[in-house]
Amino acid sequence: MRDTVTEPQKEPLIRVEDLKMHFPIYTGVFRRHSGDVKAVDGVSFTIQPGETLGLVGESGCGKSTVGRALLRLYEPTAGRVVIEGDDIATLTPEALRLKRPTMQMVFQDPQASLNPRMTLSAIIAEPMVEHTRMTAQERQARVFELMDAVGLNRRFANRYPHEFSGGQRQRIGIARALALNPKFIVCDEPIAALDVSIQAQVVNLLEDLQDKFGLTYLFISHDLSMVRHIADRVAVMYLGRIAELSPRDALYAHPLHPYAEALLSAVNEPDPNRARRERIILKGDVPSPANPPKGCSFSTRCPKVMDICRITRPELAEVQPGRLVACHLYTAAGSTGASEAPEPKHNQSQQGASS
Amino acid sequence: MPDGAAPVLDVRGLKTVFRTSGGEIHAVNSVSFHLKRGEVLGVVGESGSGKSVTMMSLIGLLPSPPAEIRGGEVMLGDRDLLKIAPEDLRQVRGAKVGFVFQDPMTSLNPVFTIGMQIMEPLREHMGMDKRQAEARAVELLELVGIPDAKKRLKSYPHQFSGGMRQRVMIAIALACNPDVLIADEPTTALDVTIQAQILELVKELRQKLGMAIIWITHDLGVIAAVADRVMVMYGGQVAEHGPVKELFANPRHPYTRALLKTIPSIAGAREARLQVIEGQPPILSEAPTACPFRARCVHAMEICTQENPARRPVDAAPLGHGHDVACHWTPEGTDA
Ligand SMILES: Nc1ncnc2c1ncn2[C@@H]1O[C@H](COP(=O)(O)OP(=O)(O)OP(=O)(O)O)[C@@H](O)[C@H]1O
Ligand SMILES: Nc1ncnc2c1ncn2[C@@H]1O[C@H](COP(=O)(O)OP(=O)(O)OP(=O)(O)O)[C@@H](O)[C@H]1O
Ligand code: SF4
Ligand SMILES: [Mg+2]
Ligand SMILES: [Mg+2]
Repeated sequence: MRDTVTEPQKEPLIRVEDLKMHFPIYTGVFRRHSGDVKAVDGVSFTIQPGETLGLVGESGCGKSTVGRALLRLYEPTAGRVVIEGDDIATLTPEALRLKRPTMQMVFQDPQASLNPRMTLSAIIAEPMVEHTRMTAQERQARVFELMDAVGLNRRFANRYPHEFSGGQRQRIGIARALALNPKFIVCDEPIAALDVSIQAQVVNLLEDLQDKFGLTYLFISHDLSMVRHIADRVAVMYLGRIAELSPRDALYAHPLHPYAEALLSAVNEPDPNRARRERIILKGDVPSPANPPKGCSFSTRCPKVMDICRITRPELAEVQPGRLVACHLYTAAGSTGASEAPEPKHNQSQQGASS
Repeated sequence: MPDGAAPVLDVRGLKTVFRTSGGEIHAVNSVSFHLKRGEVLGVVGESGSGKSVTMMSLIGLLPSPPAEIRGGEVMLGDRDLLKIAPEDLRQVRGAKVGFVFQDPMTSLNPVFTIGMQIMEPLREHMGMDKRQAEARAVELLELVGIPDAKKRLKSYPHQFSGGMRQRVMIAIALACNPDVLIADEPTTALDVTIQAQILELVKELRQKLGMAIIWITHDLGVIAAVADRVMVMYGGQVAEHGPVKELFANPRHPYTRALLKTIPSIAGAREARLQVIEGQPPILSEAPTACPFRARCVHAMEICTQENPARRPVDAAPLGHGHDVACHWTPEGTDA
């Protein structure tokens, strides 16, 4: 857990530049190419070694697609993904194979990613068979070590995936991703299926590994309180693009982008006896990534929308030190023409609005 | 919600065992609960505690073998679902009881479009023709917040995001306006704004249609937002049960108490390390003769290893209608 903003710029482990991932839509009897689902449409960010970048946002906004494209499980439509200096889009299949063990993914859908005909033990050992020269005995020892780490009873080693509960299956996926001591892990909703105690256990494990081995994570989650716990910086996505990318504490204390603000206001307090804070309910049409609105993609639902928002697309820009926001409220164009300038709640945000 | 009325669903003493090559697994042990019209029962509990298996047992969704229902009754109105003919059970599943599965990818068929899968129950159980079913399918997808619903009917499951698939499952379960909706972790893949929208939808359905709902989730925030009562499961049993506010204010079972401490908060100080409940859950290879939580319990006593505690009321209400707990320990300063 480090504060990346104040540290001198190091070479990032991951650099993503203007990443685009469009899925073609085919319609009609002749399967004509009639459009594209712009699942990811121009996303840029960096992740420092040993850092955890949280990735949050509306369902369907492209988070999993970003994660998959990072590990080249998809061929991106455009943009660059540089991991440890290598542009992974241009790596040869052999170079990519050698690099694979260092980057892993914990998948959102545990069931779909586990081979139903293999025992738990074989599933966790598989990457070791493929990428290492460990003996069967060494592998078994490592499998047990990993099972302990994610809280799976060793007596389950010879069971098949369908014999496990949803949360147990999720942990098999995590153990497998850890098997080869990767440097970078895309965790796609790694804890959604787990009960809170095991969530805590897994998150503690991820943090311990980070402390010990300097692991780097992209942590995709809908659980905003867990993201607050684990992430150093957080990127908030909306409809294929980044709306805000800020250091954790700044974001949670005072979200700048109106979507980030609405998102944080909707969190359910886990105590019915505690008063609930004011919730911003988003109205208006949820746009489709096949046909994003002109201008700002949030303009159809934004409570603070201005005229310019429906015309010009706001670019992601640093509006306060270390805080990137794509919103006209914080640009010169927005604040001069705005009937409804943002109310600065902190001194901080005043400097931001003028830059 | 309404009280006094006969429950729509009444489960008594349900026992489910898996027979595997490695021996038996007693996944569900004498679980009892009921549900009234328009009521939301939240179910929480440790991963592997038997939440999904309990609910799947109710409506015959577990393949047998390996699953075997060893006892209990499941009254839906005046019919015992454990005794009715498979044909009738199929009808119940489609039209009376809607089920949202925990793992949407495995319950959606990858080779059929989303539209076909939503329209199928409408045509089979509601007697709709193709056009009616299609119109209703679009309406259902819009209800669960899928943009561009009409076009999206032609998509296949793999073309949907995790949260979109989950919402399709909710739409299918709601298609025939069931009396009882069983939702197993229905919102894990949804962001909080869409989750809020789904929770609003659920509240509306129970009010307008009197739908009774079982909501399994790990998210105590969701429980706090929708449930009237909560059932906490541990090791295949009901550890604690009660009205939601009462249970959060006065948790009695050591597992519930530990659970409530482990949640990180969205506000306030950020803890350096999250609390966990030390130890591992029980294996359940035989019917329990002791408290399943004893090995991890900070209050465990001699008797906890000798006797599996039965549920007992901690307030004046009859068992199952108020706050009850299955634990030998009594917190200081209380007398129940
Ligand atoms: N293989 C595919 N073919 C066509 N469209 C796709 C494909 N995969 C994803 N999409 C579309 O891309 C968009 C983004 O999907 P993605 O899975 O990245 O969302 P997400 O942010 O991970 O959502 P969730 O939180 O629900 O998991 C969605 O509209 C989805 O329907
Ligand atoms: N087909 C099966 N064969 C053997 N054991 C099984 C089978 N299905 C489930 N189990 C076991 O039954 C127990 C209860 O599982 P269940 O799926 O009900 O848990 P759960 O409470 O829903 O957990 P989660 O929160 O992780 O979904 C688990 O220990 C699981 O390993
Ligand atoms: S019965 Fe005993 S071991 Fe079980 S929860 Fe209560 S005090 Fe703990
Ligand atoms: Mg996803
Ligand atoms: Mg389950």
